[in-house]
Amino acid sequence: MNGVSEVTGRYLKLYRDNIDKISSISSPYLNSFRSAAFDRFGELGIPTRKSEAYKYTNLNLFFDHDYTGYFLPVDSDFKKAEDFRCDVADLDAHGLVLLNGFYPTLSDKLRQLPSGVWVGSLNEAALRFPELIMKHYGKYAHSDADGLVHLNTAMAFDGVFVYVPEGVRLNKPVQVVDLVQSEEDTFNQHRNLIIVEKGAEFSIIVCDHTLAPKKFLTNAVTEVYVGENAHFDLIRVQNEHNAACKVTHTFIHQERNSVTSSINMTLHGGLIRNSTYHYLGGEGAETSSCGLYLTDKWQHVDNFVNVDHAFPNCTSNQLFKGVLDDMSTGTFNGRILVRPDAQKTLAYQKNNNILLTDDAKMDTKPQLEIYADDVKCSHGATVGQLDENAMFYLQSRGIDKREARFMLMFGFAHEVIQNIRIEPLRERMDNLVMQRLRGELSRCASCVVKCG
Amino acid sequence: MLDIKNLKASIGGKNILKGISLHVKPGEIHAIMGPNGSGKSTLASVLAGREFAEVTEGTVKYMGHDLLELSPEDRAKEGIFLGFQYPIEIPGVSMVNFMKTAINEKRKHHGLEPLSASDFLKMMRDKKELVEIDSKLANRSVNEGYSGGEKKKNEIFQMAMLEPTLAILDETDSGLDIDALRIVANGVNKLKRPDNSFIVITHYQRLLDYIVPDVVHVLYDGRIVKTAGKELALELEAKGYDWIKKEVENNVIA
Ligand SMILES: Nc1ncnc2c1ncn2[C@@H]1O[C@H](COP(=O)(O)OP(=O)(O)OP(=O)(O)O)[C@@H](O)[C@H]1O
Ligand SMILES: [Mg+2]
Repeated sequence: MNGVSEVTGRYLKLYRDNIDKISSISSPYLNSFRSAAFDRFGELGIPTRKSEAYKYTNLNLFFDHDYTGYFLPVDSDFKKAEDFRCDVADLDAHGLVLLNGFYPTLSDKLRQLPSGVWVGSLNEAALRFPELIMKHYGKYAHSDADGLVHLNTAMAFDGVFVYVPEGVRLNKPVQVVDLVQSEEDTFNQHRNLIIVEKGAEFSIIVCDHTLAPKKFLTNAVTEVYVGENAHFDLIRVQNEHNAACKVTHTFIHQERNSVTSSINMTLHGGLIRNSTYHYLGGEGAETSSCGLYLTDKWQHVDNFVNVDHAFPNCTSNQLFKGVLDDMSTGTFNGRILVRPDAQKTLAYQKNNNILLTDDAKMDTKPQLEIYADDVKCSHGATVGQLDENAMFYLQSRGIDKREARFMLMFGFAHEVIQNIRIEPLRERMDNLVMQRLRGELSRCASCVVKCG
Repeated sequence: MLDIKNLKASIGGKNILKGISLHVKPGEIHAIMGPNGSGKSTLASVLAGREFAEVTEGTVKYMGHDLLELSPEDRAKEGIFLGFQYPIEIPGVSMVNFMKTAINEKRKHHGLEPLSASDFLKMMRDKKELVEIDSKLANRSVNEGYSGGEKKKNEIFQMAMLEPTLAILDETDSGLDIDALRIVANGVNKLKRPDNSFIVITHYQRLLDYIVPDVVHVLYDGRIVKTAGKELALELEAKGYDWIKKEVENNVIA
């Protein structure tokens, strides 16, 4: 193939070297997507900074590197994952562990929860529930999305599967602990599929961790279907080490009158790119897309949001905030598309950033494409320092500079955290963010989970 | 308590305070009046430690300290309180957390243990009652979405919590309705003790009906141009500032 960059070439080769192995353990339906996705990836390649959507994010820093591809957990890995215990104080959740993108339990690959809810391995579900998979798999990840989504479709075959049948309210969230652990530099891809049928209610917490000080690269795709009148909340907590790169692509498809929220809490990580696609695919649908990123040293966090208003009377709200220290950098790109029929759309977007040093840098860009006339849209972005007047106000009450700075940063961050509806998690996040802002949170005092 | 001598300060190279001397004894209430832009808030800010105004000359002694040497937070811990003319909104910082931090920092400074959670909450309740502040307000973020009057009441509430030795209230009365004005004034009167002092900056004699000052000063063009008893406020109310401005100009010419 002509014009394929060297970096892209690495992944074409990885595919060719491993596709037989992958196909032999993966379900036929998932396999049926692979060769077309591979071709499309070959055309699009690994995104470069020439592409508008990746203008400020240099993926080559991580993609141009020799990794061991991770294609199946081995016994010792199962053991590690099963030994891993997570405890959020008072958080009552159905726990799942993903290890390098795989559902590592041998015996219990799919679990049935009350009221016919299924959670477990996508690969297993593809074998056990082919009709569900055929109805939803690959339907929401856009074919016009970037090359990495296609790379994922070409090669991934496991991840989390959730099925919440019509009308079922799961009163406890599911918590996925997404571990990366290896003695070698490793590239992982996984694929999640979440189906929340008509009138159902479901929340999921995903905690991203790295457990070993190696260079890790993860490229994950999540597809979510949210039926009519259904509720769905996704909270992602990212706490990885500086040599880890995580690229997530989340596609949330909503039917009429459904309500969803997505919250990305990025506490730590080397290079993080979260692309979140919201498709408001029926009248009266509502979504909120939030993010908080706290960066320091050489970290880079990129949030890309795409809200597609395809029907009338839908509401969307984006709130992304960042505190950037040292020479860290961030990017926010929030697109709102209001299609011609989507009258009475309400679409809001806010991105506020605090730069703690002169070297920290933030690029923020709204992208509004509005083709309907009866629409309320607003967007605002700020990049600045801590408010001097607020600092003085706190100091004038006897609070020293350090503490005042901390309080302002925390207050700033809390505006995002308060959107988390699960109270114990909200409190835990408050604490973690406090620790993070005080510089107390090390890589090992991981996330919501205290990993041993 | 407070001894200001020939204080001069400038903002961005422009002289704003042009030689102020003021002596406040324990237990006294001083009122400072004066036309817009005369430097009242600048004086208050300099006393509280705001750095935007540069002190170019003069001294300020407070309870034996060289006040100008202290950081704003240390001044507060030593008992200075500034009630802001324009209180700042701080989204995401709860009133409770704000006050708890402020009080415990002050206690630490004086070698005291932090207040227990229950003692603190009791204190909040008592002081809220004292200044008749809506208890829901205290559960919100600092000043966020408060009305103008609520913000001013919140300043008095903070003052009540922090029990300052010297409180400087910068136009705490403006924007208040008549009931709120009475509440604010009552708050001050209840906190008044023989060992603490107040500097009350105001444009209206009405406040001084409730808070009776020992001394009234007129600040004009960066100088205190007149000092008298509380009757001065009445005179200003009746006659405005023109006569004072004329007096000043005549003096300059004379
Ligand atoms: N940050 C600033 N930068 C430049 N000039 C300033 C600043 N703050 C105050 N000034 C100027 O200093 C002068 C005194 O202002 P100050 O706020 O002290 O007046 P004031 O007596 O409190 O007035 P008011 O009664 O309107 O509150 C004014 O001319 C004002 O424009
Ligand atoms: Mg003023």
